[in-house]
Amino acid sequence: MSIVLAVDDSASMRQMVSFTLQTAGFDVIEAVDGVDALEKAKGQEVDVVVSDVNMPNMDGITLIAELRALPQYKFTPMLMLTTESGGEKKSQGKAAGATGWIIKPFNPEQLVKTVKKVLG
Amino acid sequence: MSIDMEQFHQVFFEESLEGLDVMESSLMELQEGKADPEVVNSIFRAAHSIKGGSATFGFSAVAEFTHVLETLLDEVREETREITSEMIDLLLQSVDCLRDQMSSLEQGESADSERSHNLKNSFLRILESDDRIESSSASIALHKEAGLTEGWSIFFKPEIEIVQSGNEPLRMFRELSQLGRLKTTAHLDALPTFTALEPENCYLCWEMELYGKDISEAQIKEVFEWVEDESEIRIKPLTPNTDSNLKDNVGSEQLSNSINSELNTIPTEEGVNSPEKNEAKSASFSKRESASIRVGIDKVDELINTVGELVITQSMLSAVGQDFQIGQLARLQEGLNQLAQNTRELQESVMRIRMLPISFSFNRYPRMIRDLSKQLDKKVELIMVGEQTELDKTVLEKIGDPLTHLVRNSMDHGIESPEERLQSGKPETGIITLKASHQGGNIVIEISDDGKGLDREKILEKAVEKGLQEPGDTLTDEQVYQLIFSPGFSTADTVSDVSGRGVGMDVVRRNIQELGGSISIRSIHRTGSTITIRLPLTLAILDGQLAQVGDQIFVFPLVSIIESLEMRGVEVSKAAGGCDLIKLREDYIPVVYLAEVFGISDQPVLLDESLLVVVESNNEKIGVVIDDLLSQQQIVIKSLEENYKKVEGISGATILGDGRVALITDIGELIRLSGAMHINKMEAGNVMFPAGPQAA
Amino acid sequence: MNTGEHVDNEANGLLQQGEHGVDQYLTFVMEDDEYGVDILCVQEIRGWEDTTPIPNAPSFVKGVINLRGTIVPIIDIRQCFNMQETNYGPLTVVIVLRANHEAGSRTIGIVVDAVSDVHSFSESDMHNPPSLGDAVNTSYIKGLAQASTNMVILLDIDKALNFDELQGFIDVQSKAVAAPMSS
Repeated sequence: MSIVLAVDDSASMRQMVSFTLQTAGFDVIEAVDGVDALEKAKGQEVDVVVSDVNMPNMDGITLIAELRALPQYKFTPMLMLTTESGGEKKSQGKAAGATGWIIKPFNPEQLVKTVKKVLG
Repeated sequence: MSIDMEQFHQVFFEESLEGLDVMESSLMELQEGKADPEVVNSIFRAAHSIKGGSATFGFSAVAEFTHVLETLLDEVREETREITSEMIDLLLQSVDCLRDQMSSLEQGESADSERSHNLKNSFLRILESDDRIESSSASIALHKEAGLTEGWSIFFKPEIEIVQSGNEPLRMFRELSQLGRLKTTAHLDALPTFTALEPENCYLCWEMELYGKDISEAQIKEVFEWVEDESEIRIKPLTPNTDSNLKDNVGSEQLSNSINSELNTIPTEEGVNSPEKNEAKSASFSKRESASIRVGIDKVDELINTVGELVITQSMLSAVGQDFQIGQLARLQEGLNQLAQNTRELQESVMRIRMLPISFSFNRYPRMIRDLSKQLDKKVELIMVGEQTELDKTVLEKIGDPLTHLVRNSMDHGIESPEERLQSGKPETGIITLKASHQGGNIVIEISDDGKGLDREKILEKAVEKGLQEPGDTLTDEQVYQLIFSPGFSTADTVSDVSGRGVGMDVVRRNIQELGGSISIRSIHRTGSTITIRLPLTLAILDGQLAQVGDQIFVFPLVSIIESLEMRGVEVSKAAGGCDLIKLREDYIPVVYLAEVFGISDQPVLLDESLLVVVESNNEKIGVVIDDLLSQQQIVIKSLEENYKKVEGISGATILGDGRVALITDIGELIRLSGAMHINKMEAGNVMFPAGPQAA
Repeated sequence: MNTGEHVDNEANGLLQQGEHGVDQYLTFVMEDDEYGVDILCVQEIRGWEDTTPIPNAPSFVKGVINLRGTIVPIIDIRQCFNMQETNYGPLTVVIVLRANHEAGSRTIGIVVDAVSDVHSFSESDMHNPPSLGDAVNTSYIKGLAQASTNMVILLDIDKALNFDELQGFIDVQSKAVAAPMSS
């Protein structure tokens, strides 16, 4: 079973992502910000990261850059949850090593579909 | 998949309200023209989260509104726009508006309000100066053109490090193959020699033919959406000539090296659209308590530790009890002491769970002072001390309104206008201080201002006018100030919008007393006033004075006891209507015989052997005649109404050390009953108050 | 989404508890008569202990006791039924019951002479109580049932232990005047 690291400072979004993915059969680890996520990702290897962008302490883009720099996360799919359909955050994210993005608002079906997609 | 999104709504409301609190307090820190990036960022983040959540959970009115907010805040954050005081005002109003919207949504009502429309328009007007607002749906709409063809020819040359962003070309081919029949040709010409080959890089490029009638260009673009900027992608409708066009691009001689593969046989994943729903989980999520309390993990840990100790004590005691011999008495005693200690600690930890810092209540005042100082044209600085002081959640919730009233009063009647202040040699800006601290088992809250103070003469004048006071009485300052707590008393010359709303200080005082607390005032004319509120930390525990009446024990709340004295030698006089009075220094106070009121015995009370407890509630005093005073102790309040019903003169019950039940007297009701009793007495002539049923 | 189903299941569950419409009753004796209460309402049976009287309560309310931290009123059911008061002794028994009322449920103890038996009665064993005229309130009697040797009076606990109704009942039945100050 694939392990998803769900990162969002908003509890409702985090629970929604986590619950949706669990329902779809994934194991989900939750983290409340980039710092928390980095720590958890170091503690246990995850198969895909789904992270909010705007977060206190460490934002999602920095998190992705930090994770990508770790040998075990070199090829791991990492998705950004972003409200910005405009290019800036996306290109920042891409530069940091993000695999792709999910535009908020999204529905549970889209989320599951995208996560399954990147897991191949 | 059907995920019930409603289960996340409550969390969303809670976190949004928290976010709005953060937004509000951060906005208070903002000053015109100067925007601390950290502060702006936290405001932005709050608006951003609410927008994201509300859009996800389908609250479009809120999402649209916060989107506009966010756009503006983003510009402030990116320093392309200066923050103005108009904007701060509008943002603060938006916080209020969003709070209302949240509560509407929570009650299942629509969040669409005229107010939010007006605010939104105001923001749009600000934003209009340059056309920065973008429609978030524009980019998606763009993909929708392009007609349908027999199929598509696709050329895909990814950037060399594509795999290192977690993007796997094979995955994209799988996706494409779900759209139609896919024919893929890989070109290996960019492959370096084996020694120069970096295994983590992708040296290939692909030519593909995707056959299918209903495939739009947008669908194909979507597959490459994440990599389109870094990769070379060409998508063309399939025509008989396409093949040769492509060959020109890549060079036909290399095609012999190509690998053909048909990927359209990869099974689609059935589960995607209909995974089984996890029933158990969704059930447990939806049963969320709406009245919840957030508890720090340290408090929970403490509780767990205490319970752990209790378990140890319990097993020790049961070991002693299993085969008890008199020689083990010391050990039993030790165990019981330990048990007592554990119990006390457990009680304390449990009580601490309900404790919240008073900042939850204080936090609303900076905003209020800011709004009021504009409204009243006064300059005021608010100082808060001891915001982390904790008190019971219920007390905290009930203290809000009285405190608000007192702060408004200080603003309205206490602090003078800047001109007045300058004239009397004070700094232009007045100071209101909110201070909280623990004193024994109480929390003490002080609201002080350096305003004009209470005007003794004016209060007396008003009191005489209202018939509350005889002219010419000599009262101490303290007594004069107490007058402002009388019902219907207001010294304000004009009833202002701010504090003269018909809610007087008497209501404040009653609210405080209902919480088992007391309120007092100190004031120096022209220098300022301080109002001190004293409250029990919790409503569940009370400092009680045990009193014996006949063979029963009653509890008096210690806060309401003023003094107690022996009845021997006290002169009891009869007032008109049969009411007994005693003279206590300057006052005549009515006397209530508890044995009579509670129908405990029909024996005449032996006054010489009785005690009189003078109690006060709501500024009224009575003397209660009892047989004896016993110990003072902390008692846990239990409900009598839960299994029985309300009993007049009794506020609840408690369990004494020996396991017996004792009833707690309700002083306010006793005072009221004493009045009612006098009327009864009058009706019954001189006969004693009818004894209770047990005597019948 | 499945609330409807859940409710149905619960309802079924409850019905199954009384197998095929058979309910169990705990019976007790007062003045040679046998009374029964639905056994599902019975929380525990305990000996008489001294109570703390409640000021100005009707005389059938003997006071309150501490039942593991909860304050529970004790009612003398003899007085409710207009019987002679007796002295409580070591053999006097208190049955603690859970009764429903408009706003929820209450835990109440009733004083009885002795606990007698557990009987199973089906619907068909039950007879309507005889009408005794307006003077006697029989609303708290669910019915009469024939046990092996004698008749059992089955009480409707929710009605019998409703303080407000009891109050009115007592006022009509006896001249034990409720105190003027009780609400």
